[in-house]
Amino acid sequence: MALSRKHPAVLATVIGVALGTMGAAYAAIDSGTKPKTVMASQTQVEEGKALYLEGCSSCHGLAAQGSEVGPSLIGVGAAAVDFQVSTGRMPLAAPGIQAEPKPSSYDENEIAAMAAYIASLGPGPAIPTAEMLDTTGADLALGGELFRTNCAQCHSVSGRGGALSEGGAAPSLLGSSPKVIYEAMVAGPANMPVFSDSVLPVEDKQAILAYIEELQANKNPGGNGLGRLGPVTEGLFVWVAGLGILLGVAIWIGAKAK
Amino acid sequence: MSHEHNSVEPYGAKDGVDVVSGVPVFPMGEHQLRKADLDPKAAKRAEIQVASMFGISALSILGSIISYIKVPNESLISVPVIGTVNANHVSVGTLFGLGIFLIGAGAIHWAKKLMPDEEVVQERHPLTSEKSERDEVAEIFKRGKAESGISEYKIIRRTLLGALSLFPLPLLVFLRDLGPMPGTRLRETIWEEGIHIVTDATYRKIKAADIQIGGLINAVPENLLEVEHEDENLNERGKASIILVRLDPADIVSQQGEGWDYEGIVAYSKICTHVGCPISLYQQRTHHLLCPCHQSTFDLSDSGNVVFGPAARRMPQLPITVDSEGYLVAKSGFQEPVGPSFWERG
Repeated sequence: MALSRKHPAVLATVIGVALGTMGAAYAAIDSGTKPKTVMASQTQVEEGKALYLEGCSSCHGLAAQGSEVGPSLIGVGAAAVDFQVSTGRMPLAAPGIQAEPKPSSYDENEIAAMAAYIASLGPGPAIPTAEMLDTTGADLALGGELFRTNCAQCHSVSGRGGALSEGGAAPSLLGSSPKVIYEAMVAGPANMPVFSDSVLPVEDKQAILAYIEELQANKNPGGNGLGRLGPVTEGLFVWVAGLGILLGVAIWIGAKAK
Repeated sequence: MSHEHNSVEPYGAKDGVDVVSGVPVFPMGEHQLRKADLDPKAAKRAEIQVASMFGISALSILGSIISYIKVPNESLISVPVIGTVNANHVSVGTLFGLGIFLIGAGAIHWAKKLMPDEEVVQERHPLTSEKSERDEVAEIFKRGKAESGISEYKIIRRTLLGALSLFPLPLLVFLRDLGPMPGTRLRETIWEEGIHIVTDATYRKIKAADIQIGGLINAVPENLLEVEHEDENLNERGKASIILVRLDPADIVSQQGEGWDYEGIVAYSKICTHVGCPISLYQQRTHHLLCPCHQSTFDLSDSGNVVFGPAARRMPQLPITVDSEGYLVAKSGFQEPVGPSFWERG
């Protein structure tokens, strides 16, 4: 921000370069070669850098070194980028207590390019592969135990999230994809602690993911869960609806017959 | 009996007070006759209504038995607003509830529409008994005292007083023996020097190098596995559970002892010092540990001190180091009692 105020010409140049690179990248894709490699190619890194300079550098710095308004991204890894950008948390709509999810401003290829660029700056957790996210044969019971030990304190036993201090909140996991949940565990976004693969191995994470999928698929056969927030909503319902009905009956009993 | 109440003063006629003028708070007004009192057809209608309620009640009760047997227990149905519910539970509950409700509703409807409609006034009786009754009781008491001879038989009186004052004493002895005194158990955990720190639920030893900055591990002592259930395994788990977090060493403001961390990895008790909820709600940016029960907040970068909430004591820290292979171990046990405060703690 400070940069754009001081040197509007620099920003214009950056945008110009970014647009030019993007155009070139699109032209390369359109030419029909369709480079579908998993490994980050040099072009992808270049494209990611251009997108980074355009959309992220005003807060995280021109070399991703961080600034007063945004942390350094060197060594955060591709997983952090994919988590933050694919859930729409970044780019930040407005400074606040924490980044709120919203529809992503970038498509898959653009996110992959930015992730490749950030990953090229320093070693960090990578985007999990499809194999790592495969929950077939995972130990559901262990997953439940690990979830209650490591996740439930913030995201609640039902996975619906909960309040943190100073106005923050842990988000609900019920709408999140296994990939995003995995990335959050290894990257530790915002106030979430890091659960790296070295202390919570891939099999344990798969068990947790299987358990979360079970929570997501839960049919809730007990009827309306009232947000599954426990005594607060349930108590409110009983006091308002239950007591209301009793009052209504009492009034009917006491009313004079006509 | 019928309309006497109209001549009764509504209030204020007692204690020498005479109401000169005023509007009663609950004016009785003229007695209004009900439709059923005036119109035999309305009375007949009310009769049918009451009978229908009782009849539907009987059918509902029978229906609840039938649905308990017939509606399959596995079938789920979707009810608007209420959501997906078990068809068996809902049908049995609704029919049985309706059955009970209609018995009461029918009785009330009957009483309101068809039973005699009278307004009656009953004066409140004074709470004290009549003077003659009170005198009689006093007389009985005096006679009892005289006949028992409690004033004369000095030795009987004194032994009775002695017996009465002694009989609660055994209660004190019994109550005291309800369980063994806690002794030093509230002050001690099974943590000792050299005990490996292992992950909770999976019981794996932890390499210090594996924990990243911002990482959180819920952990227990390895020797917890040796404590049998009969030997209070759950109590030991309750006292010995810890959380490990890795901070950037530059972020550590203070610790409870010199060098109690290992390269920025600090270990704190997981049991809230307020009323003992297990807490691992760690926010890695602020280094705050928040208890969801009553919002006590501890700063793990600053000796686990209380920064908010009702907790009166800091979170006890466990001094840690590594063994020769790089696995995290306790440097000693906890230096202060973990968990909520207790009376003798001072």
